[in-house]
Amino acid sequence: MRRLLPHPLLTVSLALLWLLLVNQLSAGHIVLGALLGWLIPFATSRFWPEQIRVRHPLTLLRFLIVFVIDIVRGSFHVAYLILLGPARLRPVFVAVPLALRSDLAISLLANTISLTPGTVSAHLSADKRTLIVHTLDTDDAAALVAEIKQRYETPLKKIFEQED
Amino acid sequence: MIDILLSVLILTGAIFTFIGSLGLARLRDFYTRLHGPTKATTLGVGCLLIASALYFSVREEGVSLHEVLVTLFLFITAPVSAHLLAKAALHLKVRSLAATPPDNDAAD
Repeated sequence: MRRLLPHPLLTVSLALLWLLLVNQLSAGHIVLGALLGWLIPFATSRFWPEQIRVRHPLTLLRFLIVFVIDIVRGSFHVAYLILLGPARLRPVFVAVPLALRSDLAISLLANTISLTPGTVSAHLSADKRTLIVHTLDTDDAAALVAEIKQRYETPLKKIFEQED
Repeated sequence: MIDILLSVLILTGAIFTFIGSLGLARLRDFYTRLHGPTKATTLGVGCLLIASALYFSVREEGVSLHEVLVTLFLFITAPVSAHLLAKAALHLKVRSLAATPPDNDAAD
């Protein structure tokens, strides 16, 4: 099973992606999409050394909702900061110690940070233990780190890394 | 009714995209400028895409879901490019308003 279908999740996503690309739902395209979804993981297998497993779908769903809310909230916040004027900003680099170990979870965390309120992930240390994050405006760096860890890292760890 | 909703979405989108670009012009150092395009624009483009999906779903046959793809690709590529820009800037020691990180092995 593993040899024949190395990445079931990737296969399904690729098939869906194909259907979205052609923007029509017909039997022919579903077959073509499934075929592409089955073949592409073989061609890109060196890209996916570990198998991706989603362990808590509900946590993932809650994470996505928090993510969307934070994008909206963050956009208003950043817009407000820009309109308020650059002189008021207190930009800071903070180092976030990582509890995540897998490459996928770390990249998802970095992407999430970059898309949400006033933060951009800037650098991952060579040992993958610390993520340097640039924030647009903060008066309490420790609270920001705690928020990132609690809001994004904990659910990601639960979804992709926790053994149960 | 749908027209009002569409107008609101397009206006909101335009305003946020504008503020994002304004940030690019107004903010004072490279790192803070990175925030404008990655965030204010996310919601801006998001609103425009929702408006587009709504319009083509209502006016034409079938549901239009191309916009979902645009959103997906945008959400994958925007943070990656922002991350690489920031990393390159740290490496080159670009002038920064914030103190650069202490254990900065990006500069090595």
